[in-house]
Amino acid sequence: MDWYPLYNSLRIALISSVIVFFTGICAAYYIARLHPVLKGFLDVVLTLPLVLPPTVVGYFLLVLLGPRRPFGAWFLELFGTRLVMTWYSGIFAASVVAFPLMYRTARGAFESFDETLSDAGKTLGLGNVYIFWRIRMPACRQGILAGAVLAFARALGEYGATSMIAGYTPGKTATISTTVYQFWRTDNDALAFRWVLVNVAISAVVLLVVNLLERRERTRAGHARRSF
Amino acid sequence: MALKVDIKKKLGNFVLRAAFTADQGVTGILGASGCGKSMTLRCIAGIVNPDEGRIELDGTVFFDSDKKINLKPQKRQVGLLFQNYALFPNMTVRQNLLAGLRAREKDREKADLLVGEMIRRFSLEGLEGHRPAQLSGGQQQRAALSRILLSRPRMLMLDEPFSALDGYLKWNLELELTEVLKEYGCSTLFVSHSRDEIYRICDQVCVMDRGTSGPVIPVKQLFEAPVSKAAALLSGCKNYSRARPAGEKRVRAEDWGVTFTYEGEAPEDVRYVGIRSHYLHLVPSGEENGRANVFRCRVVRIIEDVFSMVVMVCPEGAAPDGQDGQIRLEMSKESWEEFRRREGEQKEVLVWVEPGDVMLLC
Repeated sequence: MDWYPLYNSLRIALISSVIVFFTGICAAYYIARLHPVLKGFLDVVLTLPLVLPPTVVGYFLLVLLGPRRPFGAWFLELFGTRLVMTWYSGIFAASVVAFPLMYRTARGAFESFDETLSDAGKTLGLGNVYIFWRIRMPACRQGILAGAVLAFARALGEYGATSMIAGYTPGKTATISTTVYQFWRTDNDALAFRWVLVNVAISAVVLLVVNLLERRERTRAGHARRSF
Repeated sequence: MALKVDIKKKLGNFVLRAAFTADQGVTGILGASGCGKSMTLRCIAGIVNPDEGRIELDGTVFFDSDKKINLKPQKRQVGLLFQNYALFPNMTVRQNLLAGLRAREKDREKADLLVGEMIRRFSLEGLEGHRPAQLSGGQQQRAALSRILLSRPRMLMLDEPFSALDGYLKWNLELELTEVLKEYGCSTLFVSHSRDEIYRICDQVCVMDRGTSGPVIPVKQLFEAPVSKAAALLSGCKNYSRARPAGEKRVRAEDWGVTFTYEGEAPEDVRYVGIRSHYLHLVPSGEENGRANVFRCRVVRIIEDVFSMVVMVCPEGAAPDGQDGQIRLEMSKESWEEFRRREGEQKEVLVWVEPGDVMLLC
């Protein structure tokens, strides 16, 4: 069995999770401080990929990145590589689709953050960077962690937009989800089933890790309450 | 220390107009909930920006809308003890204290030493590794206060420090806090809605009523001679009537239909008369002669309180409808028993107040 799709899927999911982790947190943090009208508008735009069919997202990406489109052409001329139909094209698709999950959960976590903690930090002379990374982020850790895991899971399972922008080339752009479809389409049920099992196993492990993390968090909080 | 505040801030329908100068010692800001006390503290700390005005501490301008000065909260060096103490929940007590020291002491060893000292001073030994959620309310307050003191603030602001605590804990903490304030000699703004706390802890006080601050006056003066109805209300006075002058040292209480003789100077625009419920006395029959300010009342209700009796009465001349005309008398249970023994059950009583205890308010 050729394990390339597994490797490709994992690296695409990991890289896009990292991208989405930081961009989602930044967006959640700064958009909350904007004027309500602008905030509402950006919120809709950034959440759209969550509700749009992945094929529509794929269409938009092709319009933006295609080699005959302005941005894609400019990039091709400058760096000599295309942005579509390569292994890293999947990163664009996965990032756009997973972004709303990270953005929305991070925003929810930030909204429930007690701002007096940040205010207290300021009056104690602590810098904004310290307050963000040492006070705000740890307090919102659970929400942010949940968002990151969801984003990773979504990126791993991305199919629609990926198949449009990266296609299916064995050993090049194949991911688990596109491989399953390809094998099933070509009547190779046995192989398709193997990849289905791989996918289910990975998803189960991810969910298991989330549950373990949550339980650890709970028992720690429980300990705190009991010893009080 | 001299803190000069003169600011304005609009929040929807609410307008905050705080203008006062606080000198050395503990200055109280007394006001009902939602009157803008906490907002004033936040403006001074720099967490909230006023719309216009000026804030200055010992010659350092914190905020000046005309000169476009707005110092960051980090640069103001004022300690603010929040109502909920705002300890960082993800850090242990020791880490919280170190965070207070971080801006000023970079040397790790010295910082540890200073934190150790503070932990001993505030009896937090053994709790260094605990998280805030594991501490009691009193311990949390001590930890928050020591964190602030480690940052060496130029002044201290306490926002309702006892409101989150149970009654029996309050007393000890109050004693402790008074001691700490004395020991550190930090000039302090103390915000509270409790006149008792203000009376015990503060040297001078500024009354705040629906967003507007009054003058800073010595605490004793507020309780002995309040000038406005809001001040009298906050100082615990419970009986009011609309009033107008009625000749030489006389004032007519319109809601009660009684004319009182008073002592001392009346403010120019007398609009209310106030009498504390402890200063109203029941007069046994036959003893009313020769006394000023005796008036006949109907007994409405008698309420037994924990340590005292409350008698609600309605003056003869009062408008028959509504609660406005009712007067509240408070006395010890002994005096009540004594009166009852001599007079028996009475539907009507004679009530008396000394001319010196009649407060004229504007």
